[in-house]
Amino acid sequence: MTVFMSRALSLVALVGALAVLALPPAAQAKTEIHFWHALSGQLGEALETQAKQFNDSQGEYEVKPLRKGGYAETLTAAIAAYRQKNPPHIVQVFEVGTQTMMLSGAVYPVYELMQQNEIKIDWNDFIKSVVGYYTKDGKLYSMPYNSSTPIFYYNKDAFRKAGLDPEKPPKTWAEVEAYAKKVMGAGAAKCGFSTAWPSWIQVENMHATHDQPFATKDNGFGAVEGVELLINREFGVKHVGRLAEWQKQGVFSYGGRAGTADPKFVNGDCAMYMHSSALIGGFTRGVKFDWGTAELPHWGAPYKKATSIIGGATLWVLKGKPQAEYRGVARFLEYLAKPENQMWWHVNTGYLAISNTAVRNLEQGYHFVKNPKQYTAFAQLTGLPATPPAAMKGGKGAAPKPERVATANSQGLRLGSFVQIRDVIEGELENIFGGKKTAKQGLDDAVAKSNALLKEFAATNK
Amino acid sequence: MKRTVFRSRWLPYVLVLPQVAVTIVFFFWPAAKSLYLSVFKSPPFGGRDIFVGLDNFAVLLTDPGYYASVVNSFVFAGGVTVLSVAGGLVVATLANQKLRGLAIYRTALLWPYGIAPAVAGIIFLFIFHPSYGILPYFLSFVTDYEFNWLLKGWVAMTLVIGATAWTHLGYNIAFFLAGLQAIPTSVMEAASVDGAGPVRKFTGVVVPLISPVTFYLVVVNMVSSFFGSFGVIHAVTQGGPGGATEIMVYKLWKDGFIGLNLGSSAAQSVLLMAVVIGLTMLQFRFAEKKVTY
Repeated sequence: MTVFMSRALSLVALVGALAVLALPPAAQAKTEIHFWHALSGQLGEALETQAKQFNDSQGEYEVKPLRKGGYAETLTAAIAAYRQKNPPHIVQVFEVGTQTMMLSGAVYPVYELMQQNEIKIDWNDFIKSVVGYYTKDGKLYSMPYNSSTPIFYYNKDAFRKAGLDPEKPPKTWAEVEAYAKKVMGAGAAKCGFSTAWPSWIQVENMHATHDQPFATKDNGFGAVEGVELLINREFGVKHVGRLAEWQKQGVFSYGGRAGTADPKFVNGDCAMYMHSSALIGGFTRGVKFDWGTAELPHWGAPYKKATSIIGGATLWVLKGKPQAEYRGVARFLEYLAKPENQMWWHVNTGYLAISNTAVRNLEQGYHFVKNPKQYTAFAQLTGLPATPPAAMKGGKGAAPKPERVATANSQGLRLGSFVQIRDVIEGELENIFGGKKTAKQGLDDAVAKSNALLKEFAATNK
Repeated sequence: MKRTVFRSRWLPYVLVLPQVAVTIVFFFWPAAKSLYLSVFKSPPFGGRDIFVGLDNFAVLLTDPGYYASVVNSFVFAGGVTVLSVAGGLVVATLANQKLRGLAIYRTALLWPYGIAPAVAGIIFLFIFHPSYGILPYFLSFVTDYEFNWLLKGWVAMTLVIGATAWTHLGYNIAFFLAGLQAIPTSVMEAASVDGAGPVRKFTGVVVPLISPVTFYLVVVNMVSSFFGSFGVIHAVTQGGPGGATEIMVYKLWKDGFIGLNLGSSAAQSVLLMAVVIGLTMLQFRFAEKKVTY
């Protein structure tokens, strides 16, 4: 089966290569830069527009974006192409593939690419929790592109119906529970809250925002060998255990992995929801009621309040192309890093602008005052106060004091086989929410299975 | 049987060549490559394959998760085969009667076979999904019971079995119809003369006479549930909840293409091949004795 499909893939690649060979040479030879990505719909269109803007901005290079399917399919296609010695220049890889890419030996690290092409980018100007996810030994390996972080969404109409203040979203989990019961009691919604991306939001980000370690060796940043998960400790068992209790009471209603629970919020079944900040655009078009955003709920003391971690994808440059063509790749990445293009990307997709300059420009252009929902994610990632500070409204007041700390536990996760680990965690969460296992049993099993995967990964990537 | 004699010595070989070539390229060659890959640990991007002997197999055979997927495969294949073969026989018997508009019924009954598994999965998803399915929506008016297969493993398994059996149904009906029509009327009439009722005629005459068809369908449905049911699972449950519908072929795809663990994936495909070959041999050895040709 495996070989069968990789054969099929290589056949496709071969046919593709022949088709390219058969084309007559372009009238004026621009160097082509192949860019494989995984974005579809409006996001894919924004990506193609951005590539076109780059192509129009200069005459030497032409970036050719090509959608290869979802994230997993795009990565598999790039691997197959690399093995056939015909890789794309740039491939978009999701954040969970970071460790795999870093250890692959197949990538041309972005810092090196920029150095060798003498292009200077001030990476210090970038939001630390974003570039940190993709940095090793102080060096950036891939170009952050579409980054987001999970935030809290709530139905203001349901809050009003239940006699709650629609401008005061819950800040703690205790409030989430109380509000959920009120909303359900008033008949304003069938369930209290639901969640998308169960592992990313309820396990990975909950550990990060409470300054709890997710794995040993600094969440895997410190070493490849000997990394083990820590999600079956006091905090993890407590949080997941409460979710399971709430599932029984209807306070929480599990709706599946990734975004399959979306209809629960969009149809008004659940009054509160947790999902990626990149959904703001989609909800703005698709949600009929009045809604708002807030930062993820917190369990309060004794846990610290720490910044959240990102999700999304970055652009990796693959080895195996003529050196001269990499100059075009470097120019394209430089183009994407410019504040004005960061801003364009943020406004058109809802993904985060990730350079501080771009964020400042957005502030001064009153973008966040006009779109306060867009500010939540920035606040949660940088630790700034949840409501846009006065300084942003044109004043020059003192810089606001961060409300969240950035710690080793909130810098991100760097795990091998992370895609499978997420699958394992989400499978055990389902067993726990379904009442088949207790929180402790389920998380113990998730840790044991994940540790075996991590060991296997370390052995393969020695 | 008429024996064909070729004048040229080479012509017969030339004539079978395309079939042999297709089998070699699409079956033997990949199978050999799987066998080869299964004894290596291979990083996703290649470059340095590490020979590990039977380690990949040892890891699988000591992993409870792998046995769970084997058990799931048997439950799934058994469920699909029983449901679609028995269902096919019942429907085919009904469609074998003299009815008004029979041609329309027969065509309609064969339709599900023309639906790709992934599409069938999507159709079931839109009917049964707890968040946006049409059935749970209507059910919510009559009962508080939540038909939530996102959390209940056995419900999810029933659902994918139902969806897959439905896609197999048309194929089975076609074969049973052909089988039923091949039963000579004289035999049926003789049974009637002997005083057999409809049930007795069915169990005593029809079932033995179509047993070669039934046997063929059991083998084919079994094999295709093991190998070809990826689409439905992928579209509906992705192996969830908690691995309850993760059958062998789905696990090996996931470990290979999502987990990028090619060695383990190849080892799993070797084991899957062994299971299916073993199962088919068993069926031929034992079940075939009961078949009347």
